[in-house]
Amino acid sequence: MTALLLRDIRLAFRATGGFGLALAFFLIVVVLTPFAVGSQTELLSRIASGMLWLGALLACLLSLDRIFALDFEDGSLDLLATAPLPMEGLVAVKALAHWVTTALPLVVVSPLFGLMLSLPSEGFLPLIVSLLLGTPALSMIGAFGAALTVGIRRGGLLLSLLVLPLYVPTLIFGAEMARRGMDGQDYTTPALLLAGLSCGTIALLPFAAAAVLRVNLR
Amino acid sequence: MMNLSAHELSVARGGLPLLQSVNFRLDAGRALMLRGPNGIGKTTLLRVLAGLQPPLSGRLETTSDSVAYVGHADGLKSTLTVSENLAFWASIFGQTGIQAALERFNLTSLQNRPAGMLSAGQKRRLGLARLMVTGRKVWLLDEPTVSLDATNVVLFTDVLRDHLDAGGSAIIASHLDIAIDGIEKLDLTTLRVDLETVDFLGEALL
Repeated sequence: MTALLLRDIRLAFRATGGFGLALAFFLIVVVLTPFAVGSQTELLSRIASGMLWLGALLACLLSLDRIFALDFEDGSLDLLATAPLPMEGLVAVKALAHWVTTALPLVVVSPLFGLMLSLPSEGFLPLIVSLLLGTPALSMIGAFGAALTVGIRRGGLLLSLLVLPLYVPTLIFGAEMARRGMDGQDYTTPALLLAGLSCGTIALLPFAAAAVLRVNLR
Repeated sequence: MMNLSAHELSVARGGLPLLQSVNFRLDAGRALMLRGPNGIGKTTLLRVLAGLQPPLSGRLETTSDSVAYVGHADGLKSTLTVSENLAFWASIFGQTGIQAALERFNLTSLQNRPAGMLSAGQKRRLGLARLMVTGRKVWLLDEPTVSLDATNVVLFTDVLRDHLDAGGSAIIASHLDIAIDGIEKLDLTTLRVDLETVDFLGEALL
C-alpha cells in the first residue's frame, strides 16, 4: 500500500501529473474575488472564509477524475485488482494520495490566501483547522464519485453532478466553522460535525467505492 | 499438482453469453493455448480466470492470489522510468529485486528511460518483465507476443519455458504458435454459445 501511495505522489509531481492544477485554480479564485467584489474591504473580509472554502472545494473537484481514470486507461487498474491488495485498501490509498497531493497544499497556502482576502486575524486558525478536518471528506467522497464514473470516457461532467450534492454538508459545516471563528464565536459544534463527516466517509465509502469499482471493471 | 481448473464454466461479456462448458485442468509445469477467431471470448475467459469478473455459471478452482494477468494494456506510467515501473509492481506483489527481470528481457540499458519514450515492443517487454516480479504461479497471457519481433518472441518463449520448468503454468491466448513442447490447445470455436438457442434477452433487459 505504501508503494502505491508513493507512486501516486511521485506521479503527481512529475510532468503532466497535475499537482499544480488545483493550487493554480485556488489562486485564480482568490486573486479574482477582490476584483469582483470591488473596493469594499469590509465586505471582502466578511465573505473571505466562505470564498476560501468554496475555492478549495472547487479546486478539489477539478482533479477528481484523475483518481481512477488514468489507471483505468493504461490498464494499471486491472493489474492492481489482481494484486494482493484489497480493493478497499486500494480506494483508501488512492483517496489519501489525492488528499496529500491536492487538498493538503490547499490547506498549507490557505493562510496566505486568507491574507489576500483580508481575513480577520482571529479567523486564520479556525479556517486552517476547518480545512484540515473537512478536506479528507472531500477526497473520500471524490474517490467514490471517481469510482462510479471510471468506465465512462470524459465522465467529468457526470462526476461533478454526482459529487457536488454530496459535498454540500461538508461545505456548510466547514464554512460555518470558519465564519464562527472569524466572528469570535464558539465553533466546537461545526468542528465536531465536520470531523464526524470525515470519519464517517473514511469508514464507509472505501467499501462502497470498492464494490462499484469491481462492477465497473467487469 | 494442479494449479487451476475449470468445470462447466460459461462466461459472458456485457450480459451476452459467449462461451459455455469450458472444462480444463492446468497442472503445474503445463501451458494451455486458447485458440479461436476474434471476438470468440478469449479475453473474457482470461478475465474470468483472473478474477476480474465472475463467471456466468460453472466452477473455477484455484488457490487465491496465484494468478498474474497480462492484458492488452501494459499498465505502465509514461512519466516513470522503466526501473521505477517495474520496482512499483514488484513491491505491490511483495517481491524484491528487479534486476533479473530487466536482464532477462534486455531492458537493463533502458532502465533509466521514461516508459513513455519506449517503442511498442519495448513496452511489451517491460509488461512481460512484470510477470517475473509478481512471483505468481499461473500466468494468464492475453496476446503476449503482440508487437514483439522474432528475436524477442524467442526470448519470451525461453522465459516462459523456465517458468514452466519451475513448476509454474500459463494460459495463453495467441494467434501465434509458441514453441513449447507438450503445450495443450483448447479450441474455443466448439464452445461458442449459439445465440439463436439461448434466451439471453431476458437477462440483458434486467
